[in-house]
Amino acid sequence: MLQIVDVSARYGKTQVLWDVDLVVNQGEIVALVGSNGSGKTTLLKAICGLLPLSSGRVEFLGRRIDGLPPHAVVDQGISQVPEGGRLFPDMSVRENLEMGAYPSQAWGRRKETLEKVFQVFPILKERQRQLAKTLSGGERQMLAMGRALMSGPRLCLLDEPSYGLAPLLIAEVFRIVRGLRDAGVTVLLIEQNVKHTLETADRAYVLESGRVSLEGKCCDLLQTDYVRKAYLGL
Amino acid sequence: MQTGKASWLRLRTPVLWLALLAAMGTLSLYASPYTVIMVTNILMYVILTVSWVLFSAPTGYISLATAAFFGVGIYTSATLGGQLPLPLIILTAGVASFVLAALVGALTLRLKGVYFAFFTFGLVELIKHLLLWYEVSVTGVRGRFVVSADNVTIYYIILGILVILLLTSYLIRRSRVGLALQAIGEGEDAAAHTGINVSAVKTFVFALSAVFAGAAGAAMATRWGYVDPYIAFDYLFSFTAVAMAVFGGLGRFEGPILGAVVFAFLRELLITRFPYVYMLVMGSVLVVTILYLPQGLVQLAQKSTWRRLRGHREPA
Repeated sequence: MLQIVDVSARYGKTQVLWDVDLVVNQGEIVALVGSNGSGKTTLLKAICGLLPLSSGRVEFLGRRIDGLPPHAVVDQGISQVPEGGRLFPDMSVRENLEMGAYPSQAWGRRKETLEKVFQVFPILKERQRQLAKTLSGGERQMLAMGRALMSGPRLCLLDEPSYGLAPLLIAEVFRIVRGLRDAGVTVLLIEQNVKHTLETADRAYVLESGRVSLEGKCCDLLQTDYVRKAYLGL
Repeated sequence: MQTGKASWLRLRTPVLWLALLAAMGTLSLYASPYTVIMVTNILMYVILTVSWVLFSAPTGYISLATAAFFGVGIYTSATLGGQLPLPLIILTAGVASFVLAALVGALTLRLKGVYFAFFTFGLVELIKHLLLWYEVSVTGVRGRFVVSADNVTIYYIILGILVILLLTSYLIRRSRVGLALQAIGEGEDAAAHTGINVSAVKTFVFALSAVFAGAAGAAMATRWGYVDPYIAFDYLFSFTAVAMAVFGGLGRFEGPILGAVVFAFLRELLITRFPYVYMLVMGSVLVVTILYLPQGLVQLAQKSTWRRLRGHREPA
């Protein structure tokens, strides 16, 4: 579904990604893990059109999407939950969700999609008239995910959805991620919480200093000594 | 009885607006010629203020280009006056301002914060001096006479422009584009992530807001009779629009309208009655308003404001 081939990217003179290859198949949850500064968020920016590639290509459903501006990438059926949610704080919960349905093909169906999102996140229905800035951390994350669902995406990119949440809520977030897959949305999950991530995803890529250092099925990765030592502290 | 009261409350706002429109629409039948001229002036400021608010309030981009669009309208009128019927001239002025704003917007709306304000301010000066150079070196004149129209006609044209502007603002606020504009103001990156074509939305609304300033300029020029680049591209129009909007309050739809009306009326009153202390009083009123009503005059409509001004402490 999503194919990243030989992608390199740089900020000014500093090269951050080196020949990254990554594939996401329909119906999968694919995880991208790595420590701070390993290039995870940069790769995400490269996919959604915020950062031009210095070489390589990104294809979605067989069409090249690198070089497209961010809104055009969303139109192709990729939506993103940016790091920290990036809500519209002074707009209501409902308005935040409606903005998620901005692409023209989604706008006409926004009422039905809204009902579906309210089924997944009942708390958002209760809070729909509140301003987004009045929500708790967990509710904000739900709103960010709900907003990403409003465009009716085929692929959803999640950037550190568990960041800054209490342990109980982290478990809830990963439960929701599995729920997304069950609802037919393919997921590319970017995380630092390696343990939960490897237990949730189907396959994973480990990014280190801008290169893919390991890849494979999550159940296999969980068994390798390297991952257990470096990321799980076992 | 209960239902009667409820339906009155629901209808109150539209009924008040319609009554106001009816009063304004028949003004020339019962008011003196001086009143008609004064109200025309006030409405002109309302147009400039509300058109500024249309783009700048939701996005937080402070535009100082109002005077540029207004001036383009004035010069459209000065150039085409007498050759085309007045409604066509006003339409042309609106289109010319739209095109200018779309060009400028496409080039500069990536500038943020104070840079955008500076650039739009520079635009007014740039056009003024280009025009001055052109007039002096090519046409050999400094100012131009404008074919004038009678005061009542100009009043109704200005009123018409204002009504269309208010309807446009009201509809935009509730539309998909209006929500998108607000989302852009709250976070441009996040807005792009939700699929909003950020630059297209910004440029379109910026250009749309310029239409009304341009149209107002074309109408007002026919009242002034004579214009030169210094009169037409006076950057005070830009600053006045911002000041009036903030004075009235940006938080509510009625705020900038109220601000422009009170501000422009006060200005007219002070200039005619107390010409020597006019600026002094005007400045003091602005300072006091900002100090005690930081959200503008519309704050006076809230009960909590009155309690606070009378010295009661807000319950925390």
